[in-house]
Amino acid sequence: MRRNHSQRGSTSAALAMAVFLVAMTAITVYIFAAKIWWFPPAITAFGHEIDDQFMRTLIITGIVFVLAQLGLAYAVFRFRDQGQKATYFEGNNTMEIVWTLATVVLFVGLGLYARNAWAQVHFIGAAPGAIPIEVTAQQFAWNFRYAGPDGKFGRTKPELVKASEGNPVGLDSTDPAAKDDVVSSVIAVPAGHEVELILRSQDVTHSFFVRELRLKQDAVPGMEIHMHFTATEPGTYDLVCAELCGLGHYSMHSTLQVMVETDFEKWMKDQEAANQ
Amino acid sequence: MVTHENGGGHGHQHQPPSGFIRKYIFSIDHKVIGIQYLLLALFSVFVGMALSLLMRLHLGWPHASWPFFKGGLMTPEQYLALMTMHGTIMVFMVLTTAPQSGFGNYFLPIQIGAADMAFPVLNMLSFWTTFVSLVVMVCAFFVAGGAPIGGWTSYPPLSALGEIAGPGQGAGETLWIIGLAIFCGASLMGALNFITTLIDLRAKGMTLGRLPLTCWTWFVTAILGLLAFGVLLAACILLLLDRLAGTSFFIPGGLVVTDQVVTWHKGGSPLLWQHLFWFFGHPEVYIAILPGMGVASHLLSTFSRKPVFGYRAMVGAICGIGFLGFCVWGHHMFISGMSPYSAFAFSILTMTIGVPSAIKTFNWLGTIWGGKIQFNCAMLYALGFVSLFVSGGLSGLFLAQPSLDLYLHDAYFVVAHFHLIMGVAAIFGMFAGVYFWFPKMFGRFLNEGIGKVHFWITFIGVYCIFMPMHFLGLAGHPRRYFDTTAVDYLQKLQPVHVFISVAAFITVGAQLIFLFNFFYSLFAGKEAKEENPWHATTLEWSIPSPPPHDNFGGVEPVVYHGPYEFSVPGAADDYIPQHLAPNLVRKA
Amino acid sequence: MPGSIAEDIEIIDAGHGGGTGTPAGGDDDSGSSGPRRPVPRRAYFTALQLGLAAIVMFFMALASSYIVRKGLGNDWQRTPMPPVVWFNTAILLFSSATIIVARKKLESGARDAFRTWWSMTMGLGVLFLAGQIIAWRQLAAAGMLLSTNPSSSFFYVLTAAHGAHLAGGIFALFYVAFRQWKRSRISQATAAELTSIYWHFMDGLWVFLLVLLTVGR
Repeated sequence: MRRNHSQRGSTSAALAMAVFLVAMTAITVYIFAAKIWWFPPAITAFGHEIDDQFMRTLIITGIVFVLAQLGLAYAVFRFRDQGQKATYFEGNNTMEIVWTLATVVLFVGLGLYARNAWAQVHFIGAAPGAIPIEVTAQQFAWNFRYAGPDGKFGRTKPELVKASEGNPVGLDSTDPAAKDDVVSSVIAVPAGHEVELILRSQDVTHSFFVRELRLKQDAVPGMEIHMHFTATEPGTYDLVCAELCGLGHYSMHSTLQVMVETDFEKWMKDQEAANQ
Repeated sequence: MVTHENGGGHGHQHQPPSGFIRKYIFSIDHKVIGIQYLLLALFSVFVGMALSLLMRLHLGWPHASWPFFKGGLMTPEQYLALMTMHGTIMVFMVLTTAPQSGFGNYFLPIQIGAADMAFPVLNMLSFWTTFVSLVVMVCAFFVAGGAPIGGWTSYPPLSALGEIAGPGQGAGETLWIIGLAIFCGASLMGALNFITTLIDLRAKGMTLGRLPLTCWTWFVTAILGLLAFGVLLAACILLLLDRLAGTSFFIPGGLVVTDQVVTWHKGGSPLLWQHLFWFFGHPEVYIAILPGMGVASHLLSTFSRKPVFGYRAMVGAICGIGFLGFCVWGHHMFISGMSPYSAFAFSILTMTIGVPSAIKTFNWLGTIWGGKIQFNCAMLYALGFVSLFVSGGLSGLFLAQPSLDLYLHDAYFVVAHFHLIMGVAAIFGMFAGVYFWFPKMFGRFLNEGIGKVHFWITFIGVYCIFMPMHFLGLAGHPRRYFDTTAVDYLQKLQPVHVFISVAAFITVGAQLIFLFNFFYSLFAGKEAKEENPWHATTLEWSIPSPPPHDNFGGVEPVVYHGPYEFSVPGAADDYIPQHLAPNLVRKA
Repeated sequence: MPGSIAEDIEIIDAGHGGGTGTPAGGDDDSGSSGPRRPVPRRAYFTALQLGLAAIVMFFMALASSYIVRKGLGNDWQRTPMPPVVWFNTAILLFSSATIIVARKKLESGARDAFRTWWSMTMGLGVLFLAGQIIAWRQLAAAGMLLSTNPSSSFFYVLTAAHGAHLAGGIFALFYVAFRQWKRSRISQATAAELTSIYWHFMDGLWVFLLVLLTVGR
């Protein structure tokens, strides 16, 4: 049938829309699939679980994404106004029920599947024998405290905090347990050995984030939050702050140094010696 | 003795008001108030975009020297202040006003066949209160210390400690909180008006089952606002007291801020603020998106010349989203130190809220399927809305899982998610509404040619701005970072920042095209002489353009049909207006 | 007869907007659009209920903050209830009774009696607020100020919030008594009914807060 001006116009608009949607979908899928920008490799066991769950989610959402965008592209092109009459239907109850149930099963199922990794991180605590490290965040630095040879953390007091004088966590020197505490600006852990972090903050909320650990946890003033992990690969990894804490939020940077057990012990001894 | 009901008194005038002040400034006409809200939002969105452009300028080229900064470079406090005010102004003054108080105010009464809102004076008060709140907030830029730096989420203790926590955290933060509290009052007034109007002022025959989906979304959005803003108001009051009166609702003891011990606070909980804020904050984001969904449904149907697919499921989905929206606030707090068991519960609820959103998406596709699609600007935006909603919504499935959130929280992946949904899809809903309703409001069309240029640059542009942010997030780039210079792996991502910034400048620049189109068409656009140029079905298309003061000329319309009777078999025309008496419907 | 209950009912019913599919399609008579009906009286009651819902959410936020804050930390010290508070409570409860009487008088047309009882309610409301301020003074004298400890903070915040809302109610009482009702969309009786619902709600809210502040102490 003869198409009028608006109907010809609809073909060019429909084509443009369909082409853009297809191109956008293709480019997006490509960038994800080719992992052009991606996480660094995980160095914890639960990190691998998380990566698996991420891939599961990516594949499912990826399929939905492609089907929805391409479905839109197809519908937009196929049903553009070419002088036809629209088909009157108000809905389809069967389809509604089917895709609702399918979505519930898919989404909730995905959510339940994710429990495993979360449980490994948070539903169980550190095993006895884990090395405790107290992490004290402040505007704008990270401080790490080890208990030292006596295995006990000494007392700290807010009034004694003097970063400029080398006492960033406010160690109370009158407490004998505090004398051998090691305070470091980098966090060192032995590979293959579980570590328990005790997260604190001196001033505002910060957040401990190391990509390779697949771990992030807010350090909240007034709370002591426990985390645990076992790092498997020696190396130096970036630690950044992941909760807006003021002007220097972007510069609150330190490193996680995962060392072979013997190197870690040497490092620990060096730190303790420097303490005397 | 019988109570004397004064049924004859009408309260608001029969005649239109006279005088410039009563007509255009302190008007109680819902149409004028709707336009006032839209203009407030238009102003605010350009302010918000300007702030973001300054941010993108710095993020793209952090070492370049610009004449408008002291010393040539932006400072961290400037960046954080820009970020805070950008978020605040966009969320509150644009996304909470334009779709609901702007279009809703203008078209809700008309679409239900009413002469005005239930309480016109309250309506006027709610606009001017909103205006005052905007003024108070903008003042934060101009006080000593400048605007606050705590983000639109304003987490304590950073937001509660005052100046010692950072610049802008003194008077700037106080003004911000006060401005927000005033906004809460304004929103509550508006919500009350909307819901009452919808329940009690519907014309004869306008049953709930015949309400346009736009009205359904305005209805549920108003309910969300009514129940959520009171909680934010309470939170603001407690935060203000912590700052000014020495209370410790949110501030724990033993704090040391830059070597200074804080002795005057103890025992408070930063998490308490987060719970209160997000209990409000999550419904707030549904307030931002629901009206856009309503507009999209409305336009997809109108310009496919087909009924909405699954009208009842759509209504159910709107109500489901509204209800579940109150149950999922904890998903903003997975990493906060909240109980991990609660976190998991919130996670499952959040995955569930994806279901009604998915239903709506299926039904949008079902609506255009088998249709006769017309590609005017309004429809282009409605179609764009669907694409953007899919893109933005799906990233939510990642963020809803706490185990994945361990990596993705507070990184650019989140920024991508909420911008695609709120900063783009919701905005596209508004654009669609503008192009659709402009002829009714002003008696002239927006220029379609210019509009198409605006659409394509914007549609391509927003994908170029926000899709790459997912990848920044995957690479572990935290949000709210002034720059990437401190961290090696972030430095490597700088080219992505440049790409995003270039796209942002082009896209924001294209909005000037829209601004030009808007104001030019107001005065010189093609005249829309006929009442129903789109051959739409809802009641606003049965009255003149622009509508008279009392909308229906003193007469109350009667509704006979549902809102989406397009291409009905047996009818001669491909649309049946809601108010057309059945015996007047032309048969094929 | 204009203003009769019958017309009230008609207005309320017609204002509902159709309900079960009226008017029947195809029937000219019931289907013709007519002159616009005024905003129904029912709308004011809807609005009041919605306003009360919003107020409930506001106080629930404060109450849940109270409970959470109490459960944290170890700095919670029970705030003693100033004795005058019990007297204030009695006054408020009594004012709920006087407002009921006032409305009955208005309904039966005894305008002077209405004014008396209505003014009594206003007076009692003002007395309540004065009593609350005395309670604050008593607390302050005992060394419990706003920032002393979280328990006292909440005491002041909750009573102040309630007091502010009650002050709004007192303003409404004045408005009902002194405004010209001839040119209004609703009658004085309706306004009185709306105000009394709000007043009883403030009463109930106060009882709730009192329980929170004593039992939850």
